[in-house]
Amino acid sequence: MPEIDVRLVDVTKRFGPDVVAVDHINLEVRDGEFFSLLGPSGCGKTTTLRMIGGFEEPTSGLIELQGQDVTWLPPYRRNVNTVFQNYALFPHLSIYENVAFGLRRRKVPDQEVRRRVSEMLELVELPGYEKRRPSQLSGGQAQRVALARALINRPAVLLLDEPLGALDLKLRKQMQIELKRIQQEVGITFIYVTHDQEEAMTMSDRIAVMNRGHYEQLGTPEELYERPTTRFVAGFLGVSNMLRGERLGEDGGYAVVQVVGGARVRVPRERLNGRAAVEVGVRPEKIRLLSAGAPAAEQLNRLDGRILDASYMGVSTQYIVRVADEANLTVYEQNVERTEEGSLHRPGEMVSLAWTPEHTFVIHEGTGGDAGNAG
Amino acid sequence: MSRTSHLLRRFLTPYLLLAPGLLWLIVFFIFPTVQMFLYSVSTGSVDFGYRLTWSFAAFTQIPQEFSRQFANSILYGTLATILTFLISYPLAYFIAFRGGRYKNVILFLVIAPFFTSFLIRTISWQIILGDNGPVIGLIHTVDVFHQVPQNFTFMGEPIAVVSGLVYNFLPFMTLPLYVALERIDLRLIEAAQDLYAGPWRPRGWIYGALGGAALGGLVGFGISWSVPAFAAAGAVLGTLIGGFFVSESFLRVTFPLSLPGVFAGSLLTFIPALGDYVNATLLGSPKTQMIGNVIQARFLESNDYPTASALSFVLMVGIIIAVMAYARVLGTEDLSGGVTI
Repeated sequence: MPEIDVRLVDVTKRFGPDVVAVDHINLEVRDGEFFSLLGPSGCGKTTTLRMIGGFEEPTSGLIELQGQDVTWLPPYRRNVNTVFQNYALFPHLSIYENVAFGLRRRKVPDQEVRRRVSEMLELVELPGYEKRRPSQLSGGQAQRVALARALINRPAVLLLDEPLGALDLKLRKQMQIELKRIQQEVGITFIYVTHDQEEAMTMSDRIAVMNRGHYEQLGTPEELYERPTTRFVAGFLGVSNMLRGERLGEDGGYAVVQVVGGARVRVPRERLNGRAAVEVGVRPEKIRLLSAGAPAAEQLNRLDGRILDASYMGVSTQYIVRVADEANLTVYEQNVERTEEGSLHRPGEMVSLAWTPEHTFVIHEGTGGDAGNAG
Repeated sequence: MSRTSHLLRRFLTPYLLLAPGLLWLIVFFIFPTVQMFLYSVSTGSVDFGYRLTWSFAAFTQIPQEFSRQFANSILYGTLATILTFLISYPLAYFIAFRGGRYKNVILFLVIAPFFTSFLIRTISWQIILGDNGPVIGLIHTVDVFHQVPQNFTFMGEPIAVVSGLVYNFLPFMTLPLYVALERIDLRLIEAAQDLYAGPWRPRGWIYGALGGAALGGLVGFGISWSVPAFAAAGAVLGTLIGGFFVSESFLRVTFPLSLPGVFAGSLLTFIPALGDYVNATLLGSPKTQMIGNVIQARFLESNDYPTASALSFVLMVGIIIAVMAYARVLGTEDLSGGVTI
């Protein structure tokens, strides 16, 4: 069992009587982990981070840092550092003094300060920038200085509040890789707040997907993407096709679910967890498009439909397929087998959609009717 | 439009924009200054006219005749500026960071006294500080052990003049400080706290006590009474402020970033306070005469234009030198990081 660096026990934060920013959160972040809080604006992710940093006090609950209760400690007494959204570099100090700020407050001897600052600037690839002012840096450089200024203190946990939000797309991608490299190099626990699902997936070991003051699901990027358990997570992380259905019975290790148009799909049995009425889903890129009536392996889930729309997107083609006049499914097909004349399938064409049962995920929240009782 | 007239316009526009201000300066500043200098090196009288004789007698008499008034001006002006700063800074800080939706109301209250004449406001201080006024009354009420002498008075003492200066120039200090503080990004203060900037102890206690004692002593000196008591009270107050209200994040981030406001506010207070004569006339006595009083008297009462001009000229040059030295210390980019207001 890896050590727990940060533990939130039943933490709630209210602003005034009506606004509940964070609603009874329980969270454990492991030592050395790259952990992300992902969610839309207003979901409480930044408030959660600010409570860990000490900038907000929870209305109720407990915050532990490496086993020590820090709920009521001010920021300067906590062994965590923050990289702020717009960097918050001190404009009146040189880069050197910015980076050295924390060490100076802790009365580290001059010689060691000098050594560690140049070490840090080396790590973030900005050697020789000591004498510059924050106003003389580009966005990406300021970002690196903010990182160096926090990391130089060797905190137990580094908190990052949308640190790449102000950078352009290309620089963001570059910094994502950079951040991950630095995290692995220094081995410090990172807690990263972002609203960008791709960013969170690229860097994180684990992600908590937050919505309206609590997290809906927590897991590795792969778990969250492959097996989302709530509608919100399924929709926030990528695109999903959702189908309502009813459980008919079992077939080997699979549960059989009847969906739109009477078609039957198979789902790994344990995912259904005994429910009767369920909502199942499948990601667009997991679906293979076959010409209607083409033979397919027996064990695949299969739906028949008609293509409504086909849009060419470069890497792939996106098809909208109407199934049983009831549901529209999105399908991504890699443009590997694209012919020169145009797409393989055209609007109006009848097709079969096929995917393996393992790629079918099941929503765990109430699907109306008796599902709530069953769960 | 042709290319040449377009270029001509682009070339001329800045000068045209500059013209009204420049004209104003030439007519009302450059010309009078030159005139004043010429008077200061003239001899004669108002009845028989002044002749330009290039005599520097008016200047050479200054150290002997007027050094006390110059010293008063510098002392009162400095003390008034420090006290104005000490009152204004917390006020501006409060408005900028805690004012919330009452920000504009409080700012309005700060400048509200301007709706009354400067003279009337100063005269009203005669009543407030007068021997039968509320302040003296309160002191005698509180003074149950009769430590304060019965003839204790503010009027005519330096403290009365300084009080008047502080009161009259408070908005000139508060507003620039407010502007500078209001622009500070609160996340910078959070970042400082995040980087272990905590309370300023134990140094805050020591520096606070020393500063408070010095200032309290000066105030005691100003009312010519009980310097040690005031120094002790100042030390206690300073210790509390230094230890509990001044934090490292304030010293390292908030205060340096507010320096442009400190610079502007203290100049806007110190310069007019130095040349002021209204407060010394209405609240002071012969012993509290400032250089402004002398200049006013020499110009308007004894018509001694050369001496009055020489004094004005020395005051002006002195202020310019002082401001330049001050700008050297406070106004450099090293302290404010090129942040200007």
